[in-house]
Amino acid sequence: MREHSLKSLEALSVDSLGFSYAGKKALDNVSFKVNQSECTVLLGPNGAGKSTLFSLITRLYDSREGKIQLCGYDVKTQTQQALQRLGVVFQQTTLDMDLTVMQNLRYHTALHGIGRKQADQHIQQELERLEMYDRRSEKVRQLNGGHRRRVEIARALLHQPSLLLLDEPTVGLDIPSRQSIVQHVHRLVSEQGLAVLWATHLMDEIYPQDQVIVLHQGQVRQTGCIEEILKTTQTSNIDDAFKQLTQGAKQ
Amino acid sequence: MNLIHYWRAMWGIVGRELWRFIRQRERFISALVRPLIWLFIFAAGFRAALGLAITPPYETYILYEVYITPGLMGMIQLFNGMQSSLAMVYDREMGSMRILMVCPLPRWFLLVSKLFAGVAVSICQVYVFLAIAWFYDIETSWQGYLWVLPALILSGLMLGALGLLLSSFIKQLENFAGVMNFVIFPMFFMSTALYPLWKMKESSELLETLAFYNPFSQAVELIRFAFYQQFNETAFFYTLIAFVLFMSAAILGYTPSKGMMMKKGGR
Repeated sequence: MREHSLKSLEALSVDSLGFSYAGKKALDNVSFKVNQSECTVLLGPNGAGKSTLFSLITRLYDSREGKIQLCGYDVKTQTQQALQRLGVVFQQTTLDMDLTVMQNLRYHTALHGIGRKQADQHIQQELERLEMYDRRSEKVRQLNGGHRRRVEIARALLHQPSLLLLDEPTVGLDIPSRQSIVQHVHRLVSEQGLAVLWATHLMDEIYPQDQVIVLHQGQVRQTGCIEEILKTTQTSNIDDAFKQLTQGAKQ
Repeated sequence: MNLIHYWRAMWGIVGRELWRFIRQRERFISALVRPLIWLFIFAAGFRAALGLAITPPYETYILYEVYITPGLMGMIQLFNGMQSSLAMVYDREMGSMRILMVCPLPRWFLLVSKLFAGVAVSICQVYVFLAIAWFYDIETSWQGYLWVLPALILSGLMLGALGLLLSSFIKQLENFAGVMNFVIFPMFFMSTALYPLWKMKESSELLETLAFYNPFSQAVELIRFAFYQQFNETAFFYTLIAFVLFMSAAILGYTPSKGMMMKKGGR
C-alpha cells in the first residue's frame, strides 16, 4: 500500500538511461525522479544532453539502455498511456505560424481526442490564465516571442497532463516575459500539484523550493534541493555550485 | 483510447492541412499553374509532332491534350506527395512535427492521417484543374468525374506514401533537391503520363520496360481508364501493392526503435 502511494507520487522516473550518437555517449547511466507538486530544474550547460533526454522521455528517440516511466507507465511499452499524461514545450517553437492561436490550440485538442465544447472551455481557461484570450483570433506570426511561448504553455496544459516538460522555454525572451513564465509555472506546481521538469542554464529561474538536477557531459553530477547541493559542494550559491559541478572533462 | 479519439485526431490533421492549403494562396496557384502550362503550351506544341493511334480506353483518335490530361492529374498528385514530404522534413527541422509525434496515438495512425490529409488536398487540386480543362473542351461524362475519384484516392495514397517514405530518409531540407532530380523527374518522364508505351517502344525497349514497371505509370493508367468509366485491373493491383509497400516502409522509417529516426538520432 505504502509502495503504491509512493509510486503514484512519481510523475517521472528515469532509471539507468543511456544513449549514444554514432558511438559517442550523449547520456550515461542517468537516473532521477520527478514527483507530483514538484518543480525540478534540469541544469546543464549547452551540450550536456538535456534535449536528448527530452527526446527520449517524449519517445522521439528510443534507447536500449535504461527505463523511463511516466506516472508508472513505461514509455517504451505503454507509450500511449504515458504520452497522455505528458505536456511538452520544446526549445524551438512548434506552433503553426499561418494559423491563429485558437486553430493551433484546437488542433492540439483534436490530437488528444477532446471534443469541441470541452476543448473550447479548456482553451479559454488556459488562455485567460496567461492573459492571452483576447488574442485568440490572431495569427501566431503576429505574436512576439513571449506571447508565442505563453500560447505553447497553454497548449501543453490543455489535456491536463500530470507532468510538464519545458525545454529552455525562456531562451531569447526579455526579462519581464521570462519572469512571467517562471512565475506562472511555479504557480501551476503549487496550486494544481503539477510535476514540472524544466531544462535551463539560467540560475535565476530556480526557486528556493525547487529540486535541482545537474547534468554535465551526459551524466547526472548532483541531485537534490538547493540546500543539499550547496552543502555537498560546500559553496554559498547555486552559481558557484554549478560551476564546480560542471568544471573539468569527464574522466 | 476509443474510436472517437482516432476520429477527432484524423479530422484535426486533415482539417489543418486543408485550412493551410486554402490559406497558402501561392501554393494553390502554383499547384494549378504547373499542369496548366503543360496542357496549354507543351501539349499544344506537341499536338502535331505526336500522332496517337487508337488504344484503350480511347475509342477514337484523340488530341494530344486529351491524352496527357490523366498524366497531368497524376502529375498534380506526384508533386503534391513530394510537397507533403517536403513539408514533413521542414516540420521536422522546425520542430512542429514533434507535436504530432508526441500525441498519444500510434505512430502508424498519425502517418496514415497525414497521408489522408495530403490526398484530400491533391484531390481538390485535381478537380479544380479538371474544371479549367473542361473550358478547354477536355471533358468526360459526369459519371467519369465520379469514377475517377476512387482512382485518385488510391493513386494519391500511393504517391503520398512514397513522399512519406522519402521524408523518413531525408535528413535536411537542402537534400530535397536530390529528390527532384532522382525521383520526381525520372518518375514523371519515364512514365505513360506523356507518351504511351508503344510510342516509347519505338525508340527503346528498355525504356518501355522501365516505364511499365514505374508505379507512377500504373497510377496514371488507373486514372486514365477510370476517367472513361473503365477499370484497369493490372494498374489497380500494381498501385495498391506499391502503396502497401511504400506505406509499410514509411511506418518502419518513422518507428523510433527501428527506422531512420533511430539512425538519425543514435542508440
